Amino acid sequence: MANLQTNFAGIKSPNPFWLASAPPTNSGYQIMKAFDAGWGGAVWKTLGVPVVNVSSRYGSLNYRDTRMMGFNNIELITDRPLKDNLREIEEVKKRFPNHAVIASLMVETKEEWHAIMRDVTNAGADGVELNFGCPHGMCERGMGSAVGQEPKILKMIVEWVKEVATIPVIVKLTPNISDITRLAVAAVEGGGDAISLINTIQSIIGVDIDNFVPYPIVDGKSTNGGYCGPAVKPIAMNMLKNCAQHPQVKIPISGIGGVENWRDAVEFILLGASSVQVCTAVMHYGFGIIREMILGLEQYMDEKGFKTLDDFRGKALPNIVHWEDLNMKYKVVADINEDKCIGCQLCYTACEDGAHQAIGLSDDLLNRKPHIIEENCVGCNLCSVVCPVEDCITMQRKDDGKENITWKERTLAGDIPETFNDELAGGLHHWVPEPVDALSKKIPLHYKVK
Amino acid sequence: MSEYKTPQTEEEFEKNFSQIKPLMSQTEAYYESSRCLFCYDAPCVNACPTGIDIPLFIRQINAKNEMGAAKTIYDSNYFGYACGKVCPTEVLCEGACVYNHSDVMPIAIGRLQSFATGKAISNDKKFYTLANSNGKKVAIIGAGPAGISCACELRLHGFEVDVFEAKEKPSGLTVHGVAPYKITNDEALNEMEYLQKQFGYKVHYNKTITTKEDIALLEKNYDTIFIAIGLGKTSDLKIKGEELENVFGAVEFVEQLRMNHHKITVPKKVVVLGGGNTAMDAASECARMGAEVILAYRRSKEEMPAYNFEYELAKTVGVAGMFNFTPVEILGNGKVSGIKLKSADGTEHTLNCDWVVKGTGQTKQLDLLNLIGELKTDEKGKIIVNEIFQTTNKKYFAAGDAVSGGQEVVNAVANGKKAAIAIVDLLK
Ligand SMILES: Cc1cc2nc3c(=O)[nH]c(=O)nc-3n(C[C@H](O)[C@H](O)[C@H](O)COP(=O)(O)OP(=O)(O)OC[C@H]3O[C@@H](n4cnc5c(N)ncnc54)[C@H](O)[C@@H]3O)c2cc1C
Ligand SMILES: Cc1cc2nc3c(=O)[nH]c(=O)nc-3n(C[C@H](O)[C@H](O)[C@H](O)COP(=O)(O)O)c2cc1C
Ligand code: SF4
Ligand code: SF4
Ligand code: SF4
Repeated sequence: MANLQTNFAGIKSPNPFWLASAPPTNSGYQIMKAFDAGWGGAVWKTLGVPVVNVSSRYGSLNYRDTRMMGFNNIELITDRPLKDNLREIEEVKKRFPNHAVIASLMVETKEEWHAIMRDVTNAGADGVELNFGCPHGMCERGMGSAVGQEPKILKMIVEWVKEVATIPVIVKLTPNISDITRLAVAAVEGGGDAISLINTIQSIIGVDIDNFVPYPIVDGKSTNGGYCGPAVKPIAMNMLKNCAQHPQVKIPISGIGGVENWRDAVEFILLGASSVQVCTAVMHYGFGIIREMILGLEQYMDEKGFKTLDDFRGKALPNIVHWEDLNMKYKVVADINEDKCIGCQLCYTACEDGAHQAIGLSDDLLNRKPHIIEENCVGCNLCSVVCPVEDCITMQRKDDGKENITWKERTLAGDIPETFNDELAGGLHHWVPEPVDALSKKIPLHYKVK
Repeated sequence: MSEYKTPQTEEEFEKNFSQIKPLMSQTEAYYESSRCLFCYDAPCVNACPTGIDIPLFIRQINAKNEMGAAKTIYDSNYFGYACGKVCPTEVLCEGACVYNHSDVMPIAIGRLQSFATGKAISNDKKFYTLANSNGKKVAIIGAGPAGISCACELRLHGFEVDVFEAKEKPSGLTVHGVAPYKITNDEALNEMEYLQKQFGYKVHYNKTITTKEDIALLEKNYDTIFIAIGLGKTSDLKIKGEELENVFGAVEFVEQLRMNHHKITVPKKVVVLGGGNTAMDAASECARMGAEVILAYRRSKEEMPAYNFEYELAKTVGVAGMFNFTPVEILGNGKVSGIKLKSADGTEHTLNCDWVVKGTGQTKQLDLLNLIGELKTDEKGKIIVNEIFQTTNKKYFAAGDAVSGGQEVVNAVANGKKAAIAIVDLLK
């Protein structure tokens, strides 16, 4: 049976699923409810100086019928009094001693950092997370990502905190920087025990095109917000991998950004995360989603024979190499399963207009099933990702697997191309239609208005 | 004129009885599962008699964890596949789906359910580890939904279980009674084989419990006996001509049809009597066998106990309804040649027909029940049980149609399991 027990830089929790510091962790009431539902840990909504919030705070990016594939907010840190939060931290810890309660913090001066560290440690928090990520509102006050974007300042604050820390210190990184590993290294240098990423990405979620103002609208005006939800997952995973692969970053990483189901969590763990944090998915569906996450993770681990999370943490990292280290002799070609094809011709038009003119249509207009023109197929995958039928277009390996030459090896051996002779395009096997051929295309029949 | 050609081959039969809830493809299941809103305190769950965590299993399908989805379903309902296909979902889970309130098609919960469990069955996926034997033995009479559901749960807790079944196949009315366009014989039996392999209860087929000696033997050899015998034969109408050749009970007809498919011959003109779901099924089935079918019911259309969608389904295959007509006599010389009906105003009408099918309710198996000491039935012949499905004779538990008087597969499954849980509690 899979064991989900998690030890994150000394912070223990029954499973790696934590609530991210955000509205779902606003109060002891919510966190107790979440623990009761099965969540393993919670990073308390960021504590700090008193703030006031505006009304109308969120915006959503909907895609077709999918709501909230991206989510944006202009909220600040907690607006509840510190003493209430401290009392509730204590209460939650008493009731759930084996769950992880982590206090997220954001203050300004060294004295304030020291004071609040003492407070949350006394309240019984298992660790702290330094919030250097909030991309709006707090920056203007010299906190949040404004300090989080400066490795030197970040390091200094981590050092301040570590001067007094008796519990693990997690540094939460902002993605609003071109190379996040600089922040990760600064966190390590400052003595941080772990990092977590990503916080929200600066964004404009949409614009009201009748009233000429972006969302969310506050009395006719708006401001940039912080972007999160399923749509940010690929960005978060890349940043996670960059930190996990960095030779100087040996401390545990908590992965955040678009985690919604067990598969997302497995992906984050495979990329090196020791715990995952979730915000948007809970704001959308509530704490109940944890059931699917835990069951799915257990099932996956049992099927793969993984006993603990350590058995597969970072397992995908060795397989992420530089482009120059990829095997240039590996060749795949698309293959259409005619029995499954429903004749939508999306693959055709995608390849024809958007790629390599490697899919043809039958001369018999009643036969709507396209075919692959193998000599033109560069194996780009486009058709297989647009095809609406599961497993209808698959990529078939064509090389014999015996040769392996990378770009690096090739250029080191002095084989630098001087002409455009890529076997996959332009020359040897591949043909490109003449420009004027475009004008004599007969289909689609409705294309040219008579 | 009938809308269906009489099927001559198995292929033609399957065409006439094509599945109204066909299995979903991977793609369809993915799209459909994407639509589910993952409602809080989901009404669909509350509407399911077995309380399957529907939003959870749909989310599992959507996250490509089909085996996990199947387990979520089986955790609540051992007939997960069959129920997905045969449940009247229109009045249960799907009827409760919130999409009904926004004029959008409700989630196809039943079909998603069969999709996930079908994968587990075809992969022979084992989900459960049985507890070590606790030395206790339970006899179950009847291998229908109530009996098998009870058997699975008891085996899970380490009981030894022997099921005694009158027929040669398991699943009760799932294979012998439910309309063939809802579930095929193979589908029903595959799930039974899957369960039997996983839970390892013994089924003794062709073993009807009928005599006092049978009962005495069971009482001697088992700690507890679970009665899951369902209902009996079609009740008599007690009108003239009922004994004529070609007068059939609906359940007996349906069983013949399910077992023999195109090999039975349904004549040109059939009159089906009754207004319940069984009458609707029998009428639909005769029509799909190529007959012209008239459904005669003694009260009004609105008073029919059948679900509205079942009557609508019968209409779409050409069944014509006659309401407020009471049968007075079946006519014929040796064989049926017609039926005399009386309308509400007292006038008599005669219909020519070749068959009369009585969908007029089923008897209770009192002959057997009366052999069991201290076991009480109510005035309608239903076995009296308390809230834990224990009968008035403490050694016996009972559930399913024999207790309810006739509900759905899902109710028998739910209550068979509840009875098992009570037996576990009592004997452990
Ligand atoms: C025509 C018809 C259509 C139906 N359609 C549907 C439908 O579409 N969907 C739905 O959900 N429900 C439907 N039902 C109802 C559903 O089939 C029943 O509610 C359900 O099968 C009851 O389960 P059970 O286990 O109580 O009894 P049964 O399914 O009747 O099983 C009882 C079993 O016990 C055996 N048995 C009986 N007496 C003895 C004995 N003395 N010794 C040994 N074995 C014995 C029988 O052979 C049988 O296998 C239908 C019913 C009928 C009659
Ligand atoms: C409304 C809202 C408020 C947030 N407040 C905080 C906060 O106070 N402190 C913090 O560290 N992160 C905050 N975050 C960021 C989240 O903790 C998290 O890093 C981010 O939402 C990405 O995760 P997700 O894609 O699961 O939502 C907030 C996010 C949202 C949507
Ligand atoms: S989600 Fe709740 S708090 Fe937010 S606007 Fe709607 S009702 Fe108000
Ligand atoms: S996209 Fe897929 S289904 Fe559509 S035509 Fe191409 S192969 Fe067929
Ligand atoms: S009611 Fe409908 S939408 Fe809501 S959880 Fe159930 S199936 Fe999904």
